[in-house]
Amino acid sequence: MTYDFFSKLFGSDLIAALIQSLLPLFIFILPYALFAVWWERKVSAHMQDRLGPMRVGWHGALQTIADILKLFQKEDIVASSIDKPLFNIAPVLMFVGTYAAFAAIPFSSVFIGSNLDLGVFFIVAVSGFSVAAILMAGWASDNKYSLIGAMRSAAQIISYEIPTILVIITIVMVTGTLNLTTLSEMQTGHFWNWMILGGPGSSLSKFLLIPSMILGFGIIYISTLAEVNRTPFDIPEAESELVAGYHTEYSGMKFAMFFLAEYANMLAVSSVVAALFFGGYQSPCGYLGNLIGLKWLIPIEQIFWFTAKGLFFVFVQMWLRWTLPRLRVDQLMNTCWKYLIPLAFVNLIIIGLITLI
Amino acid sequence: MALKTEHMTLNMGPQHPSTHGVLRLEVELEGEIIKSVQPHIGYLHRCFEKHAEAMTYPQVIPYVDRMDYLAAMYNEFGYAVAVEKLLGIQVPERVEYIRVIMGEFQRIASHLVAVGTYGLDIGAFTPFLFCFRDRERIINLFEMTCGARMLYNYIWVGGLSHDLHPDFVRNAKEFVSYFKPKVKELNDLLSYNRIFIDRTANVGILPLETAINYGISGPNLRGSGFEWDIRKDDTYSVYNKFDFDIPVGKGLQGTVGDCWDRYYIRIQEMGESLKIIEQALEQLPEGDVTSAIPKRIKPPVGQVYSRVENPKGELGYFIISNGSPNPFRVKVKGPSFVHLGIMNELCKGHMIADVIAILGSIDIVLGEVDR
Repeated sequence: MTYDFFSKLFGSDLIAALIQSLLPLFIFILPYALFAVWWERKVSAHMQDRLGPMRVGWHGALQTIADILKLFQKEDIVASSIDKPLFNIAPVLMFVGTYAAFAAIPFSSVFIGSNLDLGVFFIVAVSGFSVAAILMAGWASDNKYSLIGAMRSAAQIISYEIPTILVIITIVMVTGTLNLTTLSEMQTGHFWNWMILGGPGSSLSKFLLIPSMILGFGIIYISTLAEVNRTPFDIPEAESELVAGYHTEYSGMKFAMFFLAEYANMLAVSSVVAALFFGGYQSPCGYLGNLIGLKWLIPIEQIFWFTAKGLFFVFVQMWLRWTLPRLRVDQLMNTCWKYLIPLAFVNLIIIGLITLI
Repeated sequence: MALKTEHMTLNMGPQHPSTHGVLRLEVELEGEIIKSVQPHIGYLHRCFEKHAEAMTYPQVIPYVDRMDYLAAMYNEFGYAVAVEKLLGIQVPERVEYIRVIMGEFQRIASHLVAVGTYGLDIGAFTPFLFCFRDRERIINLFEMTCGARMLYNYIWVGGLSHDLHPDFVRNAKEFVSYFKPKVKELNDLLSYNRIFIDRTANVGILPLETAINYGISGPNLRGSGFEWDIRKDDTYSVYNKFDFDIPVGKGLQGTVGDCWDRYYIRIQEMGESLKIIEQALEQLPEGDVTSAIPKRIKPPVGQVYSRVENPKGELGYFIISNGSPNPFRVKVKGPSFVHLGIMNELCKGHMIADVIAILGSIDIVLGEVDR
């Protein structure tokens, strides 16, 4: 819809497409990343009896901007023994993989980068870019810590994609669609229509689905934590073991790209979880716009609910990070292969049987 | 067909986030598995022992502070006890009590750093800052007593540099009642955390026999299940007047002598130290703390070995006097140096992440390793 609007405004499909693709970046992801970095510092500080950044702006709100400006000015240190092309491509690829995932995420019913029929599939596929980027960064850096970090990371992300996908398949079996907009539209109405509570309708199977859906949500949330390398699964960049893991050798803006990608990734997976289980952009309790008869208010409310849900899950990720210790690499693999994947399969079979009813 | 593979040598340190100072570990790896660990030390060597020979006896004290800089009070305590033994002098009762109070506060402070940084090594950031928040209060007590926050020069041969601040006893009691619930908070947050237990239980098991053969002492030896504490078994100062227990490792979460046991000993010892402080504050006698300080320290020809229970283990001072105002030789048996020796033994066959867990659990301070 935004595409049609811009296409009419400028009379050119190209400009409309450009605007369409850049909009999420400028009005959503960059401000979000700036906010999230500050927020993480504040959350951690208040959990630890500290104040965190307080000097730049209100309660340090502009601290991230100051930090980014500092990173812009920094010398881009490139060691002589590295593989230059790979080293330079890696941060870009990392960012691309993350940013591309936002193309298929519906921010509201009228604001989606590209309304793909294979939306979920696309997101899972492009976020796989980050594995390649991490491996490239680790290999090109010519640093043993980077290499170990990259190897761990690749093993981890690939392993944890399996339970994630198995859970996504259960949703697809129930709803019969891979399109995130359709999926969100199905969960319209009130919160009892969300997939976590069995989806819309009031048949017997809806109630049978509830325990499986809660289990599925648990599995996918744990797996996404591992996919974005957050504690307790931040093994690839475990600073007490591997200094900074795969981005040890990066400085300046290249480091900032990894850094922003990490935060953007956190939101991407949180959004997917929200879209799959918590109604996406749908309000839990009806729209104000419907109540007072202002139809144009609804998409804005939807953006609000979408952001709120996404940020809530990002907050939980931060909360976990500042509470839990880190697992060891073999324990991490055990968690995935011995617990999450079998559970996800059992869940898949149960949901398959329920959908047959 | 057998593939030809090579072991990877990873250089951990001297600049590494979790080598607890300037330590270099040369780790030989096969994948993630450790084949051997070789500690390289000496980055902080300041020739303390040689320096001491050019100093008079009281002048050595500030140097002693800089060995185990997280337990400076206790280093002074040990040195003062050794020189007093050499001189054959008795110090007033009040001095002994204040030394014990300071020593036990220092033990809590040192253990807080050990426990906090251990959490940090395992990946838990928050307990670290909680520990430092509480340590700050102890440091404030020290600052109020002698003006310094880290390197005190407070415990002198034959006495103390200052008497206690008039408010000290009240503030110390406040701290004791403040800190008791904090130990429980730490337990909830870290000790009984499932992930923390998974990371530390059954990792780096130190059998009692190996521990004794390597000369391990302090919490690490007690973690292996042997009840040995110099405060009780070779008592000094006024420790025999207090009632306290010696916690030993029982293998509650895994095997006796694993990282978790060594960690938990420190948590329990903080509680025991609080007990000692409470009793000492109650019994604190009046008196003059500077009266017994000798005007001129010139011990008779002879030698002495004296040991105290430092927060890290057995801290021994071997001092030879040739009758001059300068010691002829000062030799320190530092627990951290001895403990670092078991790294290879403990790490073999574990993974990279465990090196960090093991190094944190034996709690070394590089200032003392290198002296």
